[in-house]
Amino acid sequence: MKNAQTETHAPVAAYGAGAVRWRRALSPTGDVGDAIFRSALFLCALLMIALLAAMIVAMAYRARLSFAEFGLGFLWSRAWNPVAGEFGALPFIYGTVVSSLVALVLSVPLSIGVAIFLVEQAPKKIARPIAFLVDLLAAIPSVVYGLWGIFVLAPFVREELGPPLQRAFGWTPLFQGTITGIGMLTGGIILAIMITPIISAVVRDVLAAVPMTQREAALALGATKWETTRVVLANGAPGILGAVILGLGRAIGETMAVTMVIGNRPQISLSLFDPAYTIASVIANEFTEATGDLYLSALIELGLILFLVTFVINALARLLVWSVARRTRSARA
Amino acid sequence: MSHAFKGVLTAVLLATSLIFQACSGQRGPVDGGVVRLQGAGATFPNPLYQKWLSEYAKTNPNVRIDYQSIGSGGGIKQIEARTIDFGATDIPVDDQELSNFPREILHIPTVLGAVVLTYNLPELKEPLRFSPEVIADIFLGKIRRWDDARIKADNPTVTLPAADITVVHRSDGSGTTAVFTDYLVKISPEWKEKVGTGTSVKWPLGLGAKGNEGVTGQIKQTPNTIGYVELAYAVQNKLPVARIKNRSGNYIEPTLDSVTEAAAESAANMPADLRISITDAAGAAAYPIASYTYILVYKEQEDAAKGKALVDFLWWAVHDGQRFARELQYAPLPETVVRRVEEKLRSITFGGKPLRP
Repeated sequence: MKNAQTETHAPVAAYGAGAVRWRRALSPTGDVGDAIFRSALFLCALLMIALLAAMIVAMAYRARLSFAEFGLGFLWSRAWNPVAGEFGALPFIYGTVVSSLVALVLSVPLSIGVAIFLVEQAPKKIARPIAFLVDLLAAIPSVVYGLWGIFVLAPFVREELGPPLQRAFGWTPLFQGTITGIGMLTGGIILAIMITPIISAVVRDVLAAVPMTQREAALALGATKWETTRVVLANGAPGILGAVILGLGRAIGETMAVTMVIGNRPQISLSLFDPAYTIASVIANEFTEATGDLYLSALIELGLILFLVTFVINALARLLVWSVARRTRSARA
Repeated sequence: MSHAFKGVLTAVLLATSLIFQACSGQRGPVDGGVVRLQGAGATFPNPLYQKWLSEYAKTNPNVRIDYQSIGSGGGIKQIEARTIDFGATDIPVDDQELSNFPREILHIPTVLGAVVLTYNLPELKEPLRFSPEVIADIFLGKIRRWDDARIKADNPTVTLPAADITVVHRSDGSGTTAVFTDYLVKISPEWKEKVGTGTSVKWPLGLGAKGNEGVTGQIKQTPNTIGYVELAYAVQNKLPVARIKNRSGNYIEPTLDSVTEAAAESAANMPADLRISITDAAGAAAYPIASYTYILVYKEQEDAAKGKALVDFLWWAVHDGQRFARELQYAPLPETVVRRVEEKLRSITFGGKPLRP
């Protein structure tokens, strides 16, 4: 303890001159409270960036064995054989991207529909409880979704949904093969249900933020409800895209519920009835019992890839939002 | 410099130095006369280990033992890094991994478990019977229909459905998979060559489900499926279990007795370090897909009080502790193996002196 006391004095003295300069830089009025407040906020922001950087560095470091062994080939190798020490990421990247896309295809029209209904059409008395119930879906733990998936959704897909789909669209590669109820389609449906409350909540806020004058103007020009809604949607487009990206982010990282219904098979098959595997699932499944160093390293590299996939998709989405926003602005001008 | 700023800085530095002190200081083995032990590893024996810890604490209030079921892989890694006092694993540590340990590590078998085949054939009244080659070929995808002549040959009195077989396996890395694939490697050269054994393998076909509960859920929900789960889990959930033909040619029902029998039969061949696979055991009544689960401890302990407490606890576990095994569906160690374990426990030392002479 004595040791710690003496140590504290030296750094404080050393900080003296610097602190004054800092304070001036941070707070032109010279208020000490503000200076502390600002530096605290700045530290918070810095900490988040440092955390992110530290995570990437730590993962890249722990994945070094896998980098050295497989190089870039890891990205397009289809092998996944822990016994033989062969690892490749492609089936997992495919499973992650496709299951999330299936989820988006199912969820986006539904979420936007719900949001339009709640904001534009439904009377307040009905809108509030429905909005509350939709939000509630987001609070259900994903393991519960997973169990429901095994016991309710999978049998439903096997007996009720799958056979008619196969009769109607069996000629496409998407709906061929045996329907076990466990596979890409079931995983996608579960994800769709999980991301719908997120997307619809944000879209609701976006629509509500569109100025009432826009609707009034459209209606005054003799537009129907449908045409008015289109005007509102066009104005909210960047925000709606943002909502979709938020949902996509959730779908890509979702682990437990998907793991329980997707079949966990590292293969690339066009059929939505076939089992697949996602990056998050394989990490959750195999990390605890991965004994070999190379095996562990390959799993960590998969984590890094998931990070990158999310990053790339987010960046693309930002770009999209930005270009849409610019277009609508120039259209208005 | 303002007083406020100085105060904040001092506080932050003080707190940091305190944290560093707390972190760098060795976890005291003895606080207030209580010895604390940390263990981690296999999930399979976790229910029994938790029972042991609570029972042992009743008679030994001065010893506090914690066990985290983080998986065998984690258990091996942590005891290797010496962050815990004992590790636990379902599969013996292999030679390559053993060379990573800083000092000699002992394998202490604690109880036995078994892996059973379960299935969903709603029409079926009596338990199915399988010979080893048929099991291998089902999981290799060479037998794809339930009414295959070779399954019929094992079950002459049973009417089997004319349906495709859906294979369900564990998707999470697990000792259960390791034991099952260890068995398949022994009975099928083709499995050995194409797939091999491990906590996760490249399955030739089938659906992957997470955990015993996931496999059970998928099998219960899907007709015409077959998969493997732990014996304890199958008994607790009253799943149908298959009888499997052993090396002596008998179809054996998986029970605690037939598992202990498999261990007793192989006890004579147990090597000095007690690392042994008992799948495909020879005895007439031995169930062929069984295994020991192990606790890993260093032969030379670093702390006299902790070492003594650990040895005493393990001694209790393989003697008095065994009576809790049955009710939790673990097979107790055969008497001959307990003698071998006693010998091992007596060899654990501190400063070169045995802790339990």
